[in-house]
Amino acid sequence: MAGLNPPVPQNRNRRVAMIAAGVALGMAGLGYASVPLYRIFCQATGYGGTPRRASEAQAEGVKVAAGRTMSVRFDANVDPGMPWQFRPRQTTQTVGIGARTLAIFEAHNTSDKPITGAASFNVSPDEAARYFTKVACFCFTQQTLQPGQSVAMPVSYYVDPKILEDKDLKGLEQITLSYTFHPVPGA
Amino acid sequence: MATIADEFHAHSDGHVHDHHDHDHKPGFFARWFMSTNHKDIGTLYLIFAITAGIIGGAISGIMRAELAQPGIQYLGYFAQLLGTKDPSFDQQLHLWNVLITAHGLIMVFFMVMPAIIGGFGNWFVPIMIGAPDMAFPRMNNISFWLTVAGFCSLMCSAFVPGGTGQGAGIGWTAYAPLSTSGSQGPAVDFAIFSLHLAGAGSIMGAINFITTIFNMRAPGMTLHKMPLFVWSVLVTAFLLLLALPVLAAAITMLLTDRNFHTTFFDAAGGGDPVLYQHLFWFFGHPEVYIMILPGFGIISQIVSTFSRKPVFGYLGMAYAMVAIGVVGFVVWAHHMYTTGLSEDVKMYFTTATMVIAVPTGIKIFSWIATMWGGSIRFASPMVWAIGFIFLFTVGGVTGVELANGGLDDNLQDTYYVVGHFHYVLSLGAVTSLFAGFYYWFPKMSGRWHSELLSYLHFAVFFVGVNMIFFPMHFLGMQGMPRRYPDFTPAYAYWNHIATIGYMVMAVSIGIWIVNIIYAFTMGKKAEGNYWGEGATTLEWTLSSPPPFHQFETLPVIKDDGHH
Repeated sequence: MAGLNPPVPQNRNRRVAMIAAGVALGMAGLGYASVPLYRIFCQATGYGGTPRRASEAQAEGVKVAAGRTMSVRFDANVDPGMPWQFRPRQTTQTVGIGARTLAIFEAHNTSDKPITGAASFNVSPDEAARYFTKVACFCFTQQTLQPGQSVAMPVSYYVDPKILEDKDLKGLEQITLSYTFHPVPGA
Repeated sequence: MATIADEFHAHSDGHVHDHHDHDHKPGFFARWFMSTNHKDIGTLYLIFAITAGIIGGAISGIMRAELAQPGIQYLGYFAQLLGTKDPSFDQQLHLWNVLITAHGLIMVFFMVMPAIIGGFGNWFVPIMIGAPDMAFPRMNNISFWLTVAGFCSLMCSAFVPGGTGQGAGIGWTAYAPLSTSGSQGPAVDFAIFSLHLAGAGSIMGAINFITTIFNMRAPGMTLHKMPLFVWSVLVTAFLLLLALPVLAAAITMLLTDRNFHTTFFDAAGGGDPVLYQHLFWFFGHPEVYIMILPGFGIISQIVSTFSRKPVFGYLGMAYAMVAIGVVGFVVWAHHMYTTGLSEDVKMYFTTATMVIAVPTGIKIFSWIATMWGGSIRFASPMVWAIGFIFLFTVGGVTGVELANGGLDDNLQDTYYVVGHFHYVLSLGAVTSLFAGFYYWFPKMSGRWHSELLSYLHFAVFFVGVNMIFFPMHFLGMQGMPRRYPDFTPAYAYWNHIATIGYMVMAVSIGIWIVNIIYAFTMGKKAEGNYWGEGATTLEWTLSSPPPFHQFETLPVIKDDGHH
């Protein structure tokens, strides 16, 4: 075809196309990589209302801010159709900022089958999430309730004193901690 | 300017078969169904886009009819038409969701993109850079038929169960959990698969354009001499390449969440539905530039042609599009102001979004500066182009308002947003499509449309679309939420006006179709450079329509060539 068509640089074309296809595949890969990255990002920053976690040792090191308190409201839900009753034993707690506190939730399996549930959690307002720190929580693991069984589920938490320095949260009086139990399929 | 040495063609052909007729075309089936010719594929894309656009436009007609007055009037009838016997109230409302989903997806993926990238891009990018065809002609064919297959998949979804009723009622955004646990049945799977197919076709098209523009420019056609339409398609191809795979990943996750018990977006398994919104809008915001950038390119060609001047600030125009493309990737969360972003994050996204007004402003002012002092001729493409500049600016101004995180808390998901994005797309991108259509139709078909009908088309269309979409700003400010088929009587007045506007707009589409029929039956033959002085790009050096194979000897672009 020489003369009819210009000498088409097939190899050069193939190289550019391969690089472009590689970029496209890389972006698709990044799409999937965003799943773990997003989780890490949320845990690191408290973005989207993800509360933070602290070890016992970290919790020991927190100084209580003298005379400053915060009201914490508790909310408990189950997935529609999940045969559990789930409620907080206390509606609110008034806690010292930085002081480690224990809150109890009660769950009851109303069905005649053992059911395993996993709890998702959220803090409102979202901006407070990065200061709401959990040391121990039933939500860190899956919970199995036998037919008719009732269980008290503890959460150990504190409100990080750094919250007092956050200009977005000036004047905040109450933080809401919400849990929702979901059935774990196949467990 | 280009120099074409016609006498050189076809003589050193070493092949056995004869090539006396260098314009030899294959038979009908091979030509149109197995096409590897960029102009034929461009034509196929345009026919496909017009067909899809008429379906998508008819769907919006059903919606405007329903919104003409408060209450539910027509949804039950159409639900029965789609195969739901005695539709319940909820099923009628579900049909509304199906309609808005279909309208959005069709107009974005099967009308604007195929027309502006697949149609005009395929037709004119190779010609404007002096290439004989696209770099990968057979991949070009696959791209087109994947898009068609995607459209068929979307159409199928309307006739299978999608949860509450027939069809996929998930919005063009397909937010989880509505699109996962909220919509049982295969309709949503069909809709998602349709996006996979169209997306794969567009990614292949993007690879093809990038390779063609980088490797197949004629001698002397440096990157900085390429016509601005080619620049706009190059930037668009990069946006497609970077954005569409992210959408593909996100909707694949939707698919596995729906069918294979993954929990990417399901809080019960540790996922987060908001992650889907981030992924979607990381694609979705560049997507709006994908739809408008080639329009910018078309308008630049037209304004320059009919002002008989080179475009003012050529390099600024080219790099403004690059800047829009780059910044377009870091503003996505302005679609998500009400998902609980912190003040600082909102401030960033507000600022970054407003920054886009700078390169966009460069483009608007450069078009005006191109006209300034030019010897302007108000041929129909120029009238459409000036209409574009006005309408796009209106949409741009409301965009700057919506960019404000604080203001958006109030206007989120109201008709103000609907008005805004229809001004930039339905009035912006579509107006640029019609401008390009009248600019290039005689070139593509070899026959003249009626200029009188083109002016009439513009006048009626302009009145119609403004009547539809301008009142939506009032409705939005009054708090009318989008995505609902019913509203309180307080919103009745402007909704009624908008529906009348739709009818006016529909008449203009009728005028356009009459104009096409006129061109093919009675239109005069068009010469090679029918716009005369000012039309300086390479397509005007060819006959109308161009030969089946052009530039068998490459044109040479001299240093003093216009852009």
